[in-house]
Amino acid sequence: MITQLLTAAILLLTLQMLGSARLGVLIRSVALQAGAMILLGIFSAHELPNWHEGLLLLTTFLLKCLVFPLLLRRALRETVIHREVEPLIGYTRSLFIGLVLLGAGLWIATRLPLPPKTINPFQLAIALATIGSGFILIVGRVKAITQTIGYLVLENGIGMLGFVLATGSPLIIEMGILLDIFVGIFVMGILMLDINREFDHMDTDKLSTLRDL
Amino acid sequence: MSASWVHILFALLLAPLFPGIINRVKARFAGRQGSPLFQLYFDLIKLLKKGAVFSSSSTWLFRAGSIVGLATAFLALLWVPAWGCTSLLQIQGDFFIFAYLLGLGRFMTMLSALDTGSAFEGMGASREAFFAALSEPALLLGLAVLARFTHTLSLSGIYLASPTIPLPVTFFLFVTFAILFLTENARIPVDDPNTHLELTMIHEVMILDHSGPDLALIEYAGALRLWVTGLLVVNLIPFRTGHLFYDLLLCGLALAGWAVVVGIIESSMARLRLNHIPLLLGVAFVLSVLSLFWVVK
Repeated sequence: MITQLLTAAILLLTLQMLGSARLGVLIRSVALQAGAMILLGIFSAHELPNWHEGLLLLTTFLLKCLVFPLLLRRALRETVIHREVEPLIGYTRSLFIGLVLLGAGLWIATRLPLPPKTINPFQLAIALATIGSGFILIVGRVKAITQTIGYLVLENGIGMLGFVLATGSPLIIEMGILLDIFVGIFVMGILMLDINREFDHMDTDKLSTLRDL
Repeated sequence: MSASWVHILFALLLAPLFPGIINRVKARFAGRQGSPLFQLYFDLIKLLKKGAVFSSSSTWLFRAGSIVGLATAFLALLWVPAWGCTSLLQIQGDFFIFAYLLGLGRFMTMLSALDTGSAFEGMGASREAFFAALSEPALLLGLAVLARFTHTLSLSGIYLASPTIPLPVTFFLFVTFAILFLTENARIPVDDPNTHLELTMIHEVMILDHSGPDLALIEYAGALRLWVTGLLVVNLIPFRTGHLFYDLLLCGLALAGWAVVVGIIESSMARLRLNHIPLLLGVAFVLSVLSLFWVVK
C-alpha cells in the first residue's frame, strides 16, 4: 500500500512539473520527488538496508532534498525570476506528452525481457516516463534553471529505475551518478548567475545567436 | 428500492440547501454574516410568483431550455446511486445515459441562450460548449475506468464496489471528478457564479434573459445538478457502515461536507484566466487516463 502511494506521488509530481510554470513549485516538487523515491527504495526492499546502504541513502537524501533545493533557490533569488514565460513546448502539451511517455513506458515495460524477479511493470513505466519528462523539461523550456531542474528529474527517474530493477549494489553506481549531478548542479548554478549577470536574462535559446566578431 | 425513493425525495427537498451552504462558507471566509442557508428556497418561491417576460424575437426553443434543463437534471437523479442505496433505475451501460442527460440539459441551455439572438449570450454558449467538450472525455473515461475495474457497466454496480478500488486510483478519480464538478456547475476556478462582469461570465450570461418561473426552474435544476454531480464525487469515498439509515444520513453529511470544501476552494482561489482553463481540464483528463493505466496495466 505504501509503495503504491509513493509510486502515485512520484507520478503526480512528474506531471505537476510538466504542467507548472512557477519555478519555486518546480524546485519544491523535484525535492519532494527525490524524497518519495528514496522512501520507495526503502519500502520496496525486503530487508532493512545495512549500514553502508543506509549511509548512501542518507547522502542521497541530504544532497537531493536539502542541498540542491537550497542552491537552486539561491540562484532563483539572485536572478529575480519566478516563472517560465514562453516555453518552447506549452504546458498542456507537455502534460499530454507526459501521458504519451507513460503509455510508451508501459508498452516497453510489458515487453522488456526482465529478470525473473517480481517487478511491478507500472513502477518501471513510471521510472521511464520520469526520465522522458526530464528530457522534455530540458528540451522544451527556455530558462537555464528549468533545464537544470529537468536534469534533476532525469536523475530521479534513473534512481527509481535502479530501485525497481535491482536492489543493493546499484546504490553504489547511483552514488557515482549522484556525484556527477552534484558537480553539474554546482557548475550550472554558477553558470546561471554568470549568464544572468552578463545578459540580464537567462534564456538559453538566445545564446545560440551569439557570434565571434 | 424503497431506499432509492427516500434518497430521491431527500434530494428533491434538500438540493437547494447545497448552494446555501457554499454561499454561507464563502461569506464566513470574507468575514460577512452571509445570506440565510434557506435563501434559495425563498428565491424560488419569489420567482415562481412572478410573471415571465419573453423577448418577441425568441421562439419555443427559449421556453423549452429551462424546462428541459430541469427535466434532465431530475432524470439524472434517477440514475445515480447514493451511499447505502442503489439508483432507482439501472441498466447495463447507464453511465452513458447519465453523462448524456447532463449533456442534453447543457445543450438545451446553450440553444435557449443562442435563441435570444444576443451576441453576448452567444459568447457564453460558445464558452460553455468549449469547456463541455473538454470535460466530457474526462468524465466518460473516469467512469469507464471504474467500470473496467468493477466489471459492471451500471453506475450502481460501479459505486457499490467503490470500497475495493485501489487507493491511488480513488485519489486520481476524486480529483478528476472534483474538477469536473466545478466545471459542470460553473463554480469558481472555471466560472464565477456571482460575477456579472460581462467579459468573464459563462453560465450566468446564458441565463440573463430568463425571468420569473423560468429562472426558478433553472436555479432549481442547478441545485439538483450540484447534488447529482456531488454524489459522483462523494460516492468515491471508500466508507460505508452497511446500515441503511446511517449510510443515507452519512451520505447527506458527506455532501454537506463537500459543499463546505467547495466553499473553501471558492474562497481561497481566484477565477482562472479563460485560456488557463483547458490546462485544468487537461489535468482532469490526464488523471483519468492515469487511473486507466493503473487499472489495466
